[in-house]
Amino acid sequence: MKSKGKTRSYIYGLILFLITLSGFGQMPIFSRYYIASIPGLGWLGEFYTTHILHYASAAGLIFLAVYVLFDFVVQGAGGKRITGSGYLKMGIIAGLIISGGLMVVKNLPGIYWDHTAVIVLDLTHLGFCMALLMVSLYTLIFKKSWVK
Amino acid sequence: MRSQISRRAFIKGSIAAAGTVVAGTGIAKAADALVNGKKEPLATLLDIQKCIGCEECVRACRDVNAAKYPEPEKPFPKMYPKTVPVQDWSDKREVMDRLTPYNWLYIQHAFVSLNGRETELTIPRRCMHCANPPCVKLCPWGAAKQEKNGLSRIDADLCLGGSKCKAVCPWSIPERQTGVGLYLELMPALAGNGVMYKCDRCYNRLEKGETPACIEACPENVQTIGPRREILEQAHTLAKEINGYVYGEHENGGTHTIYVSPVPFDQLNAAIEKGKGKPHLDRVENMMADGTNLSRAMLIAPLAGLAAAFGKFYLKSKEK
Repeated sequence: MKSKGKTRSYIYGLILFLITLSGFGQMPIFSRYYIASIPGLGWLGEFYTTHILHYASAAGLIFLAVYVLFDFVVQGAGGKRITGSGYLKMGIIAGLIISGGLMVVKNLPGIYWDHTAVIVLDLTHLGFCMALLMVSLYTLIFKKSWVK
Repeated sequence: MRSQISRRAFIKGSIAAAGTVVAGTGIAKAADALVNGKKEPLATLLDIQKCIGCEECVRACRDVNAAKYPEPEKPFPKMYPKTVPVQDWSDKREVMDRLTPYNWLYIQHAFVSLNGRETELTIPRRCMHCANPPCVKLCPWGAAKQEKNGLSRIDADLCLGGSKCKAVCPWSIPERQTGVGLYLELMPALAGNGVMYKCDRCYNRLEKGETPACIEACPENVQTIGPRREILEQAHTLAKEINGYVYGEHENGGTHTIYVSPVPFDQLNAAIEKGKGKPHLDRVENMMADGTNLSRAMLIAPLAGLAAAFGKFYLKSKEK
């Protein structure tokens, strides 16, 4: 059971790493700061590659989030309850998924949204991303788990 | 170059009067299409064989859009790392033979063989206004916009000049001017590098029911504007009449700029000068297709997560 939980954590960590890296790759910073010039990291400066990786990582995050949530709902966690930081991270991930989902819809052909709404959506998604990174760093440093 | 312009200006002047009469009818039709075609994106048809390369469209574009051109503050703020390129066109505003922040439309020249004769074809080049524009959809700040009428434009008040729009544009259309825009108010040393500029298809004129300046000024009626479906019909009818070829209908998944040429576009593409600020006429696959397909597949992710959770529950219940 413990090893399954660890596998889940590693998968979550990997998805979080890839989705953050590819998310920051949507901004033109990796080429400017020569990170894309490091051998093996050239793809970080290719926007279509990071775009696809971001979508694929997002699909992985959505799968994992829905799986873990419903697994918890139908099976419980052996009397454990979700911690405060767990609820906070759940809320932020939900925000990321909803705002990201709306951005995916926005990118479909034939979709014209109000410009202000698009800007608010972009900034909201970035805000949720920064919040998740900060809360995740906090829970990692202070060893706060999702449930106890 | 200067003498060429003068000669062209003379040619233009001699045919302007006749052109105005003919253009008047075209403009009336376009205005009608703008009003009645609101539900469908507008497209422009460019009949290459009509273009005489007089550059009247280029000058009209520059006149009408002059107020939108950048007025950079100098000296430019230092940027880090120091190798970040400064792109300054403010002292080269007169350049008309390529796309720049001060020249959103230019004429490309192609010497090709047509009906066994060596012929020069001239092609007005500017933003293609893609149906699903990567510059707009992938702009990280929402600075690039697409209007319901199909045009795409960059908001100079919001753009930070990161040049992502140029990197994802299959034709590398937008051009950057350093030393202007929002980045100056944020962290000019560390992020941003000016503003990106390109044809906005005279969005402010369209809003007033007027036609874009390049269309209105053309003495030869090279361009026609109207609902995309009608423009495509016209393009195919014309192509059939002249035994010609169509470009822009399928490029990058479809654009709102349709060219009709009497010679194949691969020949034209081989004949034109390409490079910085000089877009190609090559075939272009739909750059957003992978993302669009993946977004549809993304709908499966929550269902798969749900199925996995209930599958696990079912198996455990069965074990018990």
